[in-house]
Amino acid sequence: MSNELLFGLYIFVLAGFLGHYVIEKVPPLLHTPLMAGTNAISGISLVGSLVSAGGHYGKLSMVLGFIAVICATINTVGGFLITDRMLRMFKRKKAPVRSAQA
Amino acid sequence: MSASLPYLIASVCFILALQGLSSPTHARRGNLVGAAGMLIAVVGTLLYAQILTFLWIGIGLMIGAAIGAAMSIWIPMTKMPERIALSHCFGGLAAALVGVSEYHHRLGQGTLDQFTMGALGLEVFLGFLTFTGSLMAFGKLQGIISGAPLTYKGQNATNITMFFAALVLLVLLVLDPSRSFLFYLMGALGLAVGVLAVLPIGGADMPVVISLLNSYAGMASAATGFALGNYVLIIAGALDGTSGFLLSMKMSKAMNRSFANVLFGAFGAQPDTSAGGAGGPAANYNLATVEDAVGVLTAAQTVIVVPGYGMAVSQAQHAVRELAQSLEARGATVKYAIHPVAGRMPGHMNVLLAEANVPYDQLYDLDDINDEFARTDVALVVGANDVVNPAAKTNPGSPIYGMPVFNVDQCHAVIVLKRSVATGFAGIENDLFVQPNTMMVLGDAKKTLREFIAGVKEEAA
Repeated sequence: MSNELLFGLYIFVLAGFLGHYVIEKVPPLLHTPLMAGTNAISGISLVGSLVSAGGHYGKLSMVLGFIAVICATINTVGGFLITDRMLRMFKRKKAPVRSAQA
Repeated sequence: MSASLPYLIASVCFILALQGLSSPTHARRGNLVGAAGMLIAVVGTLLYAQILTFLWIGIGLMIGAAIGAAMSIWIPMTKMPERIALSHCFGGLAAALVGVSEYHHRLGQGTLDQFTMGALGLEVFLGFLTFTGSLMAFGKLQGIISGAPLTYKGQNATNITMFFAALVLLVLLVLDPSRSFLFYLMGALGLAVGVLAVLPIGGADMPVVISLLNSYAGMASAATGFALGNYVLIIAGALDGTSGFLLSMKMSKAMNRSFANVLFGAFGAQPDTSAGGAGGPAANYNLATVEDAVGVLTAAQTVIVVPGYGMAVSQAQHAVRELAQSLEARGATVKYAIHPVAGRMPGHMNVLLAEANVPYDQLYDLDDINDEFARTDVALVVGANDVVNPAAKTNPGSPIYGMPVFNVDQCHAVIVLKRSVATGFAGIENDLFVQPNTMMVLGDAKKTLREFIAGVKEEAA
């Protein structure tokens, strides 16, 4: 039992360190997409919601799991989409296209 | 355990996605890799985990995907902070609900051990805290709740007490997981702490708060991973948690304030008695007409634009870019100076200017451009206030003293676009606005900029 905890902590701490080094390299330019992207990634809790909603754990678990599936899916689908929409906008200087006024 | 391989692949994809964000040229591909990882994890779960009913899952997935897509495709870029706050809110709620469900299920089965109980407790507390905290942040950003900090006597004592009460509950629960009353009390406490902790935080502190809530949402996900023994959740949660934490550290640093100060300081509540007699009437301002400003702009060889939250409010980013282009057409060099805490979330200004087709190599960070102001003809301040206030450098009594600010005051000429001469956030006087070389042009930024553009074009004709 304490082995399971220890192993989980190993993974948690090492992932945290890795995250630190990777995220340190993200320029301030992309901090908003970073936030949207990590949001999408942490929508992985969808996996837990799926088991809760479809695992025949009883009515309460199913209802809670169902709501959780909706919330987590909003974050994963929405998160990756909006991150892509933002990243698409970042362009280098090169005869900027004149778009119609907003 | 048979979904382990898809989970491992997903974890690698997530790390690659974050790595892609180190440069705008790779970022989109990285994001795609992340999305693919997510798909693999979900399909793996559906195939291998013990899922017996697919009907409700299918309906939930479809509803969620439809809402998520709608929220991403049609939301205007100026509403990005609200959008991000909402997604933290959903993330927190999802984690908390899974926690409640798991607790209920395991308690009924008699498989609730102390370790799982600890993880579930943290998950539910952090999840509900993120849920209400993000709702509050959303309300403040949207203007549903007053953006001003709300404070009352004994506020900090109350918040700290509640936090420790949650800790005590957690310990009691770990000692005896069957006390379900305490479990639900803990959830309720999380909901309350979320509301009360964000209540005293003012609009200009939003970048720190949003980052912090990002971190909490990640921690809640990681706790879910511990409770379910699911490593991809632990990894994704750790990545999200670290990212939010790093961002909030950077934001605090950019305001020269400690975490504790942001959380407990209730910035705007401090009476502004320290401005050192600068609280004079509007007569001190050098109010200028559009013609005056156009004259200065067309004579300039070098221009630095300093955008702030006002640009987002007035949706002036396209007008800013158009003005910059017409000045560039006359041979001037235009750069943009972006402060880390300009706007309501990290990177807010960058996204808006990118939306307006401003090339990102014209956007400069604080450290990269601050020495250039002294050599620059004109600084054009569009709806920024605190980040250009020289009091942060000179007046030890100012609430923002010590915060790194742009050296806009060293420019040869400064044009400030502002809605009115009323003191902005927290009533801090801005000495820049009364400098002799500063021209204040009052009115809606977008409208004023359109008049500038027309003026510059007339000059050319």
